[in-house]
Amino acid sequence: MSRRVDALVELAAPMLLVVAVGLLSTTASPSNQVYFLNALVSVAIVVAIYVFVGNSGVISFGQISFVAIGAFAAGVMTVPLDSKKNVLSTLFPLLRDHTIGDVPSLLLAAGLGGLFAFAVGLPLMRLTGLAAGIATFAVLEITNNILREWTSIGPGATTLSLVPESTGPRQGTIGALVVIAVAFAYQRSRLGRQLRASREDSAAARGVGVRVHQQRLWAFTLSGALAGFAGALLVHQLGSITTDQVFLDLTFLTLLMLVFGGMTSLWGAVVGALAISGLDSFLSQAEEGVHIGFRLDLPTGSRFVCLGTIMAVVLILKPSGLTGGREFRLPRSWRRR
Amino acid sequence: MTLATLTFQTLSDAVGLGAIYALMAVGIGLVFGVLRLVNFAYGQLVMAGAYTLAFTASWPIAWSIVTCFAVVVALSLAMDLVVFRPLRGQSPAVMLVTTFAIAFLLQAIATIVDLRNGQLGEVAPSLSSLAQPITVWGVDIRKITLVSIGVAAGALILLALLLMRTTIGLHTRAAAADFRTARLVGVRANRVIMFAVFLSGLIAAAVAVMMTVQLPFVTPDFALYDTIVVLVGVVVGGIDRLWTATLGGFTIGFVSGVINSALPTDKTVYLPSVVFALVILVLLLRPAGLFAWGKRAAVERV
Repeated sequence: MSRRVDALVELAAPMLLVVAVGLLSTTASPSNQVYFLNALVSVAIVVAIYVFVGNSGVISFGQISFVAIGAFAAGVMTVPLDSKKNVLSTLFPLLRDHTIGDVPSLLLAAGLGGLFAFAVGLPLMRLTGLAAGIATFAVLEITNNILREWTSIGPGATTLSLVPESTGPRQGTIGALVVIAVAFAYQRSRLGRQLRASREDSAAARGVGVRVHQQRLWAFTLSGALAGFAGALLVHQLGSITTDQVFLDLTFLTLLMLVFGGMTSLWGAVVGALAISGLDSFLSQAEEGVHIGFRLDLPTGSRFVCLGTIMAVVLILKPSGLTGGREFRLPRSWRRR
Repeated sequence: MTLATLTFQTLSDAVGLGAIYALMAVGIGLVFGVLRLVNFAYGQLVMAGAYTLAFTASWPIAWSIVTCFAVVVALSLAMDLVVFRPLRGQSPAVMLVTTFAIAFLLQAIATIVDLRNGQLGEVAPSLSSLAQPITVWGVDIRKITLVSIGVAAGALILLALLLMRTTIGLHTRAAAADFRTARLVGVRANRVIMFAVFLSGLIAAAVAVMMTVQLPFVTPDFALYDTIVVLVGVVVGGIDRLWTATLGGFTIGFVSGVINSALPTDKTVYLPSVVFALVILVLLLRPAGLFAWGKRAAVERV
């Protein structure tokens, strides 16, 4: 019984946090709402990365390529037909002459992300350590290069605009909740537990019959699908996007969020994403002057210095992250025996 | 590729870039050897050196360069004390991501310092006379190419002597081979690590001096992309041993040098994809590194 309660709490805590952010965003002024939506989309992206990196312990710089694929697939397919023929005239006829709805575009993005991740993971999942890191980084570079140059599948080096801005408080919250629920279901499943065992001790896991290569491939594929889905949420939030917005900076920032919160737990991924995007939003407000009991007015440009200092100090003092890489638990006295 | 454009000038420039990247590879490889830490913030050391050169541009050249070395080495040692030491023994992923945060922080600080005069970017022109070509046996070579090759070769020979012929070098090699056993037989961990970090700082300063000749315009992301490219080269070459890492750095510098200047730009749009596909192929076939041959190499790790 107690175990089931613990599991319920593990899932409920990150979900409640996301719902709280979603509710707050409805009360915020339109100009401030963007910060809350950013935070919700960041949660989706970071949890998607966590599904592979957190559960396998193998670092990957490549997950943002699936975010990019999802973002551009969902974006290109939802630009209204009448303007599409003008602004995206170089597309393949099939892509140019069809437009799909919002939810189908999210599903398409998830499907494509998963498909690409499977194709890439099939050879790459044999690698570990730094070789895996650099190989997945190469995937990111290749994806970016192709998306930027091939104008038959997307806008190329120009900005993709006129995408319906459908990721409001509702879609942002539901999207983040879906990603969290899938990640939770995976990590408690047989497959997830086998992969987590291989993270702790690869040799021992092999010894009891875990097929490490295969387990990593499943996680990589699932992570790719969730990343594609998160990319679709992102493009529907921004309304317009360039290939550079889903490239190196986002890769480094989301990995920092994951490690900042605690790389080995779902709770850590959610807390890290919310903490850093919250901090960043607060600091950017503070650059323009903000009242928190007293008037805080940071000099221009100091926002990133503060953010960098906080990230560095927390990681140095607590390398296992804010949550210590553990799932959420109620304090002992609260828990039923 | 049209062979006609592959002139001697192109090749010598590519060798020059390869020499600089080889030095950066040594700087990254030295620290990795003793700490098992990939220092992503290495490029920001070079950036700090370049800014020092820009801000001291009105000084006599020698003083400017000495200041650059002092600043970079101090920053490098500070990084060890404040960042690397508390992180010792953490998982490689955590260490790497922490150096992302450090790189982000240093870049943010550089932006603020740079923006004091209202515009982004500073010029470090004091050594730009080295960018002029001289004529050797009828072909033009830029002086900086010769200087880079000379400095890189000199630094590598000195480093090899230091590691092979001195006690602290022996300790460093021992620590790189097996840190725990080395400590058991009396190697002082902190001294060895500081030695490696000190050397890698010296190298970063030398790289800063040579890079500002090629690119006198210094911005906060100076040397950032170079660091990424060198990291790719180091892992492809084989990061476990210093000489394979160096060779990897040189190779990727030489290849990108040839590619950038020898190919017309309208034919190179998909070239990054081809290059990175090759990187993946090499990693799949030789995950320990392209140049990591057989058993004999496995004995020497620095």
